[in-house]
Amino acid sequence: MNAIILSAILGVILMFSGIFVTSKTAIRNIATAGMALLLLVNIAEQGGFHLFNVNTHNMLVFSKFGLLFNSIAFSATLLFFLVSAKDITNVGINAAEYFALIFFISCGIAIVSSFNSLLLLFLGIEIISIPLYILTGSDKRNLKSNEASLKYFLMGSFSTGIMLLGIALVYGAKASFSMEQMHSSINAGRNAWFYAGLLLVLISMLFKVSAAPFHFWTPDVYDGAPTVFTSFMATIVKAGVFIALVRLFDMSFVGSGYDWQLIIAIVTAATLFIGNITAIFQQSVKRMLAYSSIAQAGFMLFGVFSQNDFSREGIILYTLGYSLATIGIFAVLIKMKDYTFEGFNGLARTEPVLAATTTIFLLSLAGIPLTIGFFAKYFMLASAVKSGSHLWLVIFAILCAAISVYYYFRVIQSMYFKTGLAETEPVTPVFRWLLAGMAAAVIILGIFPNLVLQYLYF
Amino acid sequence: MSSIPLTHILFVSTALFFIGMYGLFTRRNMITMLMSVELILNSVNINFVAFNKYLYPDKLDGIFFSLFIITIAAAEAAVAIAIIINLYRSHHSIDVEDATEMKY
Repeated sequence: MNAIILSAILGVILMFSGIFVTSKTAIRNIATAGMALLLLVNIAEQGGFHLFNVNTHNMLVFSKFGLLFNSIAFSATLLFFLVSAKDITNVGINAAEYFALIFFISCGIAIVSSFNSLLLLFLGIEIISIPLYILTGSDKRNLKSNEASLKYFLMGSFSTGIMLLGIALVYGAKASFSMEQMHSSINAGRNAWFYAGLLLVLISMLFKVSAAPFHFWTPDVYDGAPTVFTSFMATIVKAGVFIALVRLFDMSFVGSGYDWQLIIAIVTAATLFIGNITAIFQQSVKRMLAYSSIAQAGFMLFGVFSQNDFSREGIILYTLGYSLATIGIFAVLIKMKDYTFEGFNGLARTEPVLAATTTIFLLSLAGIPLTIGFFAKYFMLASAVKSGSHLWLVIFAILCAAISVYYYFRVIQSMYFKTGLAETEPVTPVFRWLLAGMAAAVIILGIFPNLVLQYLYF
Repeated sequence: MSSIPLTHILFVSTALFFIGMYGLFTRRNMITMLMSVELILNSVNINFVAFNKYLYPDKLDGIFFSLFIITIAAAEAAVAIAIIINLYRSHHSIDVEDATEMKY
């Protein structure tokens, strides 16, 4: 509860600071300090310290899993502020409002990580989506940004409509929005309304996480949005929606036969295949990262597929590893003058620190051992093996991970083995140290993943 | 009151839902597309209210949900109009076919 209330208050504070504070540096500092405060308050709640006692009538349930996820999402946002706050304020003149919208999105993430009622799921998803439509179109003079925003809005509101129809049918069948009711009745008897409703809710959630048959909006939106906000959308927001999806179907597939698992398995396979194959053909690194985020979403879908302890640990690790690596790569990408692969030629000579850290992040995304990306993928695949069915999916996922090495290594190849003069914006030493710190975190967590996972149980 | 059976009302709401969906897919005018989205959301409202009234009249869950939908739909419409005005300023048209900056 701490995080939900505080992030909404901080959002309002930042909106007002847009009126009263004129210095962009001051706004950046307020936002960073606010995010640090939010993280601290959430960690305090993990330790059992509640600032607010609100009777939520069992509509919100604060589990260790949800709170740990909040902590990870807020620390990723804090890192995102630290490395690219300056780029956020450079997008347009309304610097404070961008931060305010990000705090409102944090509020939505805190809601979807603890909802216990379909009403709160709907509200959380909308609180995440509506500010994102604005952030996507925040570069007002840029035609691509406007268009991406329109596309995102049309797709997003369409999937909202589908989700609402699904919730209406579930309500018609069960007379309640409570999750316990849903989980207990998912295996009991056949009810056409209930199954159709659940399927519609699943489809709309797959829309939001950009899984395969519903992924068409993703590359355009990620490409058109200002690069800083693409970084935020592709990491923290996507992970937040995944947590909603995992919690929605939490433990309810077990024993329900193959119906649901088969649907998720097919979607996972299609997502992995389309994401990886299309990423190969991209010429722009930004677009390649958009497709790579579809491919990584395929791996995160294993968390919905297998539903056991392994997959819960896996989705936490995956969120952390994927967010760290992708925020790092985007932070470097924003500094590049040219977003194509050729733009990276010879970066190792002009900016050795940036090239080295980008290499580590890319290795982590590809899942090379000694990085956190390896353990994240390992936990996901192990959970699928443990769940005991659809072994072909695991083999297929490993093949797709092998394909992904190709396009990640193309960037490394142009940085180290091609001659050229990669042009970058001027980079401060603080930025270099932050990137080095993130790269160190990727490696340390890759050796000791229990540093994070212990909080899931104690 | 209950002389109209539930299936009739569900038929109306489903028809509205699919009319909205048809409009969203075929119309190229942004304002009409926004209206189609609103039609989809409001058809779900009818669904909720009908379920509440006919099947579970002792509790008000469904009616409360439809209140939330109305609020969210208003917020979405506000954002959508802002986006459309912004596009109109640059393209001088509200036809989505003109917004083709990202086709290749």
